[in-house]
Amino acid sequence: MRQPFEKPRALEPSTLELIDAIRTKVVDVAAQYADEVDRHARFPAETLNALREVRALSAAVPRELGGMGCGMRELATMCSTLAGACGSSAMVLAMHHIQVACLVRHGLSSPELRQYLKDLAANQYLLGSMTSEVGTQGDTRSSICAVERAAGRFTLKKDATTASYCAYADAILVTCRRASDAAASDQVLVLVKQKDSALKQTTTWDTMGMRGTCSPGFRLESSGPEQHIVPGAFADSSAQTMVPYSHILWSSLWWGIAADAVAKAGQFVRGEARKQPGTVPPGATRLAEASAQLQALRHNWLALACEFDELAQRPDGMQQLLTMGWALKMNNLKITASEAAPQVVHKALQIIGVLGFKNDSKYSVTRHYRDVLSASLMISNDRIAGKSAAMLLVFKDE
Amino acid sequence: MSSNPDTWERGGIDNDQRIETLARIRCVLLQHGRLGKDAMQLAENDDLYAAGMTSLASVNVMLALESEFGVEFPDQMLNRSMFITVGAIEAALRKAAGA
Repeated sequence: MRQPFEKPRALEPSTLELIDAIRTKVVDVAAQYADEVDRHARFPAETLNALREVRALSAAVPRELGGMGCGMRELATMCSTLAGACGSSAMVLAMHHIQVACLVRHGLSSPELRQYLKDLAANQYLLGSMTSEVGTQGDTRSSICAVERAAGRFTLKKDATTASYCAYADAILVTCRRASDAAASDQVLVLVKQKDSALKQTTTWDTMGMRGTCSPGFRLESSGPEQHIVPGAFADSSAQTMVPYSHILWSSLWWGIAADAVAKAGQFVRGEARKQPGTVPPGATRLAEASAQLQALRHNWLALACEFDELAQRPDGMQQLLTMGWALKMNNLKITASEAAPQVVHKALQIIGVLGFKNDSKYSVTRHYRDVLSASLMISNDRIAGKSAAMLLVFKDE
Repeated sequence: MSSNPDTWERGGIDNDQRIETLARIRCVLLQHGRLGKDAMQLAENDDLYAAGMTSLASVNVMLALESEFGVEFPDQMLNRSMFITVGAIEAALRKAAGA
């Protein structure tokens, strides 16, 4: 169903304050530690503390539970603001918002999960993610492990290939089969608190980029109250929340990384221009191209963030998010943004030249380049394209 | 299912025809649903996703249904809930044929 594009709502004043606090306070901290975080592949603890201080970790929690009730556009703006200073920090923030959104949009009928969100807002807890599993070949929509229920408690064991910053999270959202006799695709989400679980690290996280996200493999053993199983099917919460939040927030942060690289290229070109007024430096034309690509990339995620916020206000919004048309839009955004962002960073590197290639120059874009190359791999673009191809066999785009 | 309004709205339609349609739907599911159980034994209200149908398999089921019944499902009907049970598919087919 096509609709005229409506003017997006203005951002809430309190949200503007939060975004401003991230820009003025958190970004400085993130930038200060980004090289060290990257070099040692260590968790950006200082940035996370700064995010807690400005209460950014409850941005997606509804106001009545002590959060700020931010919409997609607002969350995306936060992630992109932080991404230029430290891609890993922005990815941790994005992953956290995605998990919180799953609880907010699918867990509020459970008093226990409601209470957990209040606690999260009050204590600025960090929520991690464990969707991958040894043996499922990267398909997050199928699980081998299953949650078992007995006497009001659940038990869950999972062998995950990559688990986002789980060693630093106060709790983790884990995908698994609904029961031991359920089909692989019949999944649920379970909130596993740190105190209810034992994590054993099984692999390392010595990666090319996004090194500070600290996401090695873990073997999880957990047990907790049955009420921590998120109501409903993961099939729905995935389509209605996890996928749109992931693809829009990730795209915004990839754009943020690319935008920072282009800002450095611009700074470099202006420096060259000042040396020889009257002569347009050779990199200026490439800079113009990069600027255009960057704008297209930004408007792609921004338009879909606004469309999502609009749908969230509509009574049939949740149903619309289950349609194939919306799924295709999300797939198209993910593929386009993850392919465009590295190209833009590459262009910035060509403009700057060897000073961009050096790790220790003020024009360095080496970390940007390595971080942004993760984009096409975080849920493989080939897998997503395959799903889109299948959908287009029946989707008519009427 | 008695709570399904489609059941009593169908007064004029020959019940044999409906039973035949349900059987043809089960055949399509048998060939393309990749279910973890025998599609021919599915009850009208059994959840196909709980029976193991993936989203990718559901696309093949939609394609095969379009071919088997000579209909085209409009985009608005292409979502999980429309194809969640044999009964839901039968209702979707009637809706698509009438659309």
